Amino acid sequence: MPALAVSAHTATSALGRGLDAHEDALRRMRGGLVRNDFSSAPLDCWIGRVAGLEDAALPATLNEWDCRNNRLAWAGLQQDDFPKAVHRAAARYGSDRVAVLLGTSTGSIASTEQGYRHLDVDGRLPAEVRRPMIHCLHSLSAFVKTALDLSGPCLTISTACSSSAKVYAMAARMMQAGLVDAAVVGGVDSLCDSVLFGFNSLALVSQQACRPFDVDRDGISIGEAAGFALLERAERVPEAPRLAGYGESSDAHHMSTPHPDGLGAELAMRDALARAGLRPEQVDYINLHGTSTQKNDEVEAALIARLYPDTTRSSSTKGYSGHTLGAAGALEASIALLAIERGVLPGNLGCSTPDPLCAGRLQLETEVRAVRVALSNSFGFGGNNACLAFTHAGGIA
Amino acid sequence: MNGDLDVWVEGIGVWAPGLPNWDHLCAHLAGQPTAEDAPKRPAAGLLPPAERRRAPDSVRLAVETAAQAVAMSGRDAAELPSVFASAHGDAVIMDYMCETLATTPLEMSPTRFHNSVHNAAAGYWTIATGCHRSSNAICAGDASFGAGLLEATTLAASDAEAVLLAAFDAPGQGPLVEMLSTRTPFACALVLSPQRTPQSRAALRLRLHASGHPQQPPSNAHLRRLARENACGAALTLLEALAQPTAGSTRVAAGTGLTLHIETDVLA
Repeated sequence: MPALAVSAHTATSALGRGLDAHEDALRRMRGGLVRNDFSSAPLDCWIGRVAGLEDAALPATLNEWDCRNNRLAWAGLQQDDFPKAVHRAAARYGSDRVAVLLGTSTGSIASTEQGYRHLDVDGRLPAEVRRPMIHCLHSLSAFVKTALDLSGPCLTISTACSSSAKVYAMAARMMQAGLVDAAVVGGVDSLCDSVLFGFNSLALVSQQACRPFDVDRDGISIGEAAGFALLERAERVPEAPRLAGYGESSDAHHMSTPHPDGLGAELAMRDALARAGLRPEQVDYINLHGTSTQKNDEVEAALIARLYPDTTRSSSTKGYSGHTLGAAGALEASIALLAIERGVLPGNLGCSTPDPLCAGRLQLETEVRAVRVALSNSFGFGGNNACLAFTHAGGIA
Repeated sequence: MNGDLDVWVEGIGVWAPGLPNWDHLCAHLAGQPTAEDAPKRPAAGLLPPAERRRAPDSVRLAVETAAQAVAMSGRDAAELPSVFASAHGDAVIMDYMCETLATTPLEMSPTRFHNSVHNAAAGYWTIATGCHRSSNAICAGDASFGAGLLEATTLAASDAEAVLLAAFDAPGQGPLVEMLSTRTPFACALVLSPQRTPQSRAALRLRLHASGHPQQPPSNAHLRRLARENACGAALTLLEALAQPTAGSTRVAAGTGLTLHIETDVLA
């Protein structure tokens, strides 16, 4: 596929707001997980919470969109001069030539939950959340499109934990079809009872901070995050790192457990390499899905050992941020891009004794070294898989 | 705002109360009454019995129409990348989740939780058909059908292969209902190919306009009411055009301030 320039990107998570905070946390291996102080009823687990969202209402002109998820989106948008880059693109191409394509798994459902906890005397949602626009998933993209004053195609993708990786693929297709010249892609998911108690019902939540790929891993820690990127055609921004390829697939196996041989994950990784014109040995770093469940990590570790040489380093960064679900694709795309742009190869926080299936591929400690090609894996419920391939500005000859 | 996108329709699936498939829809447009004795729930016979019991109504809607469209196209479902579009996914499960969380959060059903993902229909579909191709689940409020059509068309164009699109919405329950625009269940599905083939039934030429052109309602009164009562009802305007033996043009919302102008040419 024709490579796309990632002309700007940004991330906000439990590690802080903006790329510098993330780089610093990765370099020092400083995690952001804390004991759960969020859910409406006690749940003994750890979470990755973005500080300060409760006290930061949206600007008055955007107040009708107010909810935790859109506050997180707004906080994320303000970092790393991201709006400036978007407005530059809108001026260059026209605001109707810039798409907004964002992923989320639960969007603003925390507001619906809140409404159900405080129904009025007639059994209706209380007046403060009686706004249809915050009870649908599309709330996120519609809000961001409004906040950035864009008028191009605007879609929300919700394929569980692969959502905000797949937006990159969608943007590439829209640009290839000539519908737009640039796209704001990304994902936002915020903490809510639905996912905390939902994953708890599946016995997938650890009572400790999650430990991806550790022999004693016992489940996920849920986090929240916002990640955004601006994509343009590579020739328009030759100095920017590139999205070189994407891969998408379905497990066709089970709604909530991965294919035992990682079949769908392998198809997505091979699809991404093929579209990027890359061979496995050219990959320097893989940001793994690495949720810290027994099954995901077992299947993914075996797959990496089977497909890549030991010169390809890999790690999960969910030990830092928690599993940010529909935002994970965007957050971890930013971490893969940081590896390329700043030479930070993240250590796999939380793992002290790697599962033998990792076969020496796991990067345990953060290292500073040149990364030219980085992949990011995102796998979701419903067996929905995505893999993104990024390269440094020059591409790979 | 850009060039044209050309796709050919190879298969069409439809389900609404009294309109359980494409033939019934065409018959109704030709003057027949709706099929009042038709089942109240889509059969979704493609799902294995155990999966059918677990699947919520929204999934049955999507799977039923997707299966109809793929059967008409004569293609192998396992070969088709898919796009599932829905404004609300499953609003009944959303009500169940919020109600349970407000009262007994530790009693959440794990099956209903995994069914709550917006891509549940895509998941059930790919599992039932053994399809390892990409599947997407999108929403864009009341423009979800148009946005899905846009995504399916760009997917068909960029990878030069046929694609399955299914669009569906089902009514909710509980306090959430007044936040939803869907009162009546409806789904439709299209198999779209970037080339004309012997299976092609109609040609579509799509052009995206950033303009204030309003959505065009169906001219048939029953379809017009259905279009008002379902968030994906915008599809009915296109389906009505596809049921005409002549060339025509329609407009479908693809987002706020965005319209898809669609020229249809039904092939002999």
